Amino acid sequence: MQPISSVKGKAYPLGLKNVDTDIIIPAAWLKTISRSGLGKGAFQTLRGVAGNVFDDPAYAGAPILIAGDNFGCGSSREHAAWAMADLGISAVIAPSFSDIFSGNAFKNGLLAIVLPQEAIDRLMDVAKTDEIHIDLETQTVTTPFQDRFAFEIDPFRKHCLINGVDEIGLTLKSSDAISAYENKISASQSWLSPNQA
Amino acid sequence: MSAPQTLYEKIWNAHVVEQRDDGTCLIFIDRHLVHEVTSPQAFEGLRVAGRQVRRPDLTLAVPDHNLPTTARLDANGNNIPIADPESAQQLEALERNAPEFGISYIDATDVKQGIVHVVGPEQGFSLPGTTIVCGDSHTACHGGLGALAFGIGTSEVEHVLATQTLQLSRSKSMEVRVEGELGPGVSAKDVVLHITGVLGASGGTGHVIEYTGAVIRALSIEGRLTISNMAIEHGARAGLVAPDDVTYAYLKGRPMAPKGGDWDAAVAYWRSLATDIDAVYDKVVTISAADIAPSVTWGTSPEDVLPITGVVPDPSTFADPSKQAAAQKSLDYMGLTPGMPMTDISVENIFIGSCTNSRIEDLRAAAAVLKGRKKADNVKWAIVVPGSGLVKQQAEAEGLDRIFIDAGLEWREPGCSACLGMNPDKVPAGERCASTSNRNFVGRQGPGARTHLVSPAMAAAAAITGRLTDVRAFMD
Ligand code: SF4
Repeated sequence: MQPISSVKGKAYPLGLKNVDTDIIIPAAWLKTISRSGLGKGAFQTLRGVAGNVFDDPAYAGAPILIAGDNFGCGSSREHAAWAMADLGISAVIAPSFSDIFSGNAFKNGLLAIVLPQEAIDRLMDVAKTDEIHIDLETQTVTTPFQDRFAFEIDPFRKHCLINGVDEIGLTLKSSDAISAYENKISASQSWLSPNQA
Repeated sequence: MSAPQTLYEKIWNAHVVEQRDDGTCLIFIDRHLVHEVTSPQAFEGLRVAGRQVRRPDLTLAVPDHNLPTTARLDANGNNIPIADPESAQQLEALERNAPEFGISYIDATDVKQGIVHVVGPEQGFSLPGTTIVCGDSHTACHGGLGALAFGIGTSEVEHVLATQTLQLSRSKSMEVRVEGELGPGVSAKDVVLHITGVLGASGGTGHVIEYTGAVIRALSIEGRLTISNMAIEHGARAGLVAPDDVTYAYLKGRPMAPKGGDWDAAVAYWRSLATDIDAVYDKVVTISAADIAPSVTWGTSPEDVLPITGVVPDPSTFADPSKQAAAQKSLDYMGLTPGMPMTDISVENIFIGSCTNSRIEDLRAAAAVLKGRKKADNVKWAIVVPGSGLVKQQAEAEGLDRIFIDAGLEWREPGCSACLGMNPDKVPAGERCASTSNRNFVGRQGPGARTHLVSPAMAAAAAITGRLTDVRAFMD
């Protein structure tokens, strides 16, 4: 994972609620065996509608997306995070995210930032004309108009994002603890080993 | 004495390998199900980093999402090639990756093949009290057996393959208590649609839900799997039903379940998992069975639920302005007008299948309604897709396939089918489908497809009349 500590730039003012992962990337795009190239299918159904924010030149290449409640609900497809990254999005700001999506976003260095609806409403306004600045270090979202919104983030996730930590590598350092757990279980709950059918 | 605990807390605590200062835990994963769509990039990641699968014995791979549900073997018993080159490539990747990493693989032509969430319980691979993951959001399904089961993304699939653990933080706990007794024609699917309507699509976010109460206790395992399957549709991380004698009777003798003395030890352990009497959930929601009718969705979120006796809602009556806009958008997409009785909506497509409703009991419920009847002429496409080869075999032994075929429905090979617009089974743009699957999202069953989620019996009733129908009209 690439280290990431701040995102600054234009933001797509989408604002929509319950943006499910079928909207972010339709199932027809999931036949790929690679992580790249999915930006072409990103938000396909929304982009089919004239006047959509993604095809509005005012927001071309914006690294931020502003959305409504329950962003990323639905399927667990990590393709949603890959597609957004491929489109050039580095951060999403919404009042809430589905648990699986925020996990997937984090694993791909995509910031999923939770702010209350009032802040979202304000940022939607600002995004129409100006840039937005997200600073992970200080956990704030700011605008050129002195708006300043603080957000929460799990300290472990923050650490991993800022340092670009390889999470599997990190867990593998706990191999001894995992082995000890496995030994304990195979002694006390031997029935947990599946019979090979 | 330790503090009283919920079922969720007991399973969680039994799986903590390490706890960090900030409360995040390294959680051991007992069972990992793998399918073709969310795994190729994970295996590729392992290869690039030169990593092995830590516990291939705890991992089971089966193709389902992308597999066509038409015949897989020709008259000479040879494999029929898959027409779509991308689908074929993805299926081949799993077929290659599984043996390369030492993982058991159920082939597309094996009678055990099926939808991963049907196969796990059926094989006895999924067990109470275990942690189960799969790169698929409906993994919550296995919670019907009392397992802590949840969907993960591909990076997490790779993480589990490499370490057999996940870094997780504890969820909050919620009890959804369904009291009373279900009326005639009301099934587990109606219960879970109703719950989703009450909680909303994000009502369970951050929570693991335990479904309790007389209604849940009285359900078969098939019904409990249906309920837990859709926990994700009300936003929950996972759903749980406490294991009991119904669970043990279902699992005993399944191929991968414990045997002999191991079985007795396992049952003794499972019995200790029930939520303690004084344990406190973070949130409790109580639902009365008397309020649950055969249900149907009208919009493009699973929370858009109505009793079949209802009428299409008028967005302008919604209190929240953002909900008004969303509802109007849904109605535009669905091609519906406010005030229209749900039973006036005609359907051209019927889909009976998916990990929510493709087990034997679901097929029996649909067949009971269809027996001796025919589908309506305006129904152009009606398919029944069993959840696994074993379900198919059982249904054929009971003669259910004949009932479906005689009624004018197609009897298919197992797979995810029209649950998602990925394999050849799709609902044409602008057309409607009464579907027993779990998602009515925009484009879920194919671009432009309009989905109404219903139970298997309700789908069968809709097939007969060619419109959304109250199944109670077909019951004596
Ligand atoms: S049947 Fe549908 S919900 Fe179930 S695993 Fe397949 S695609 Fe997912």
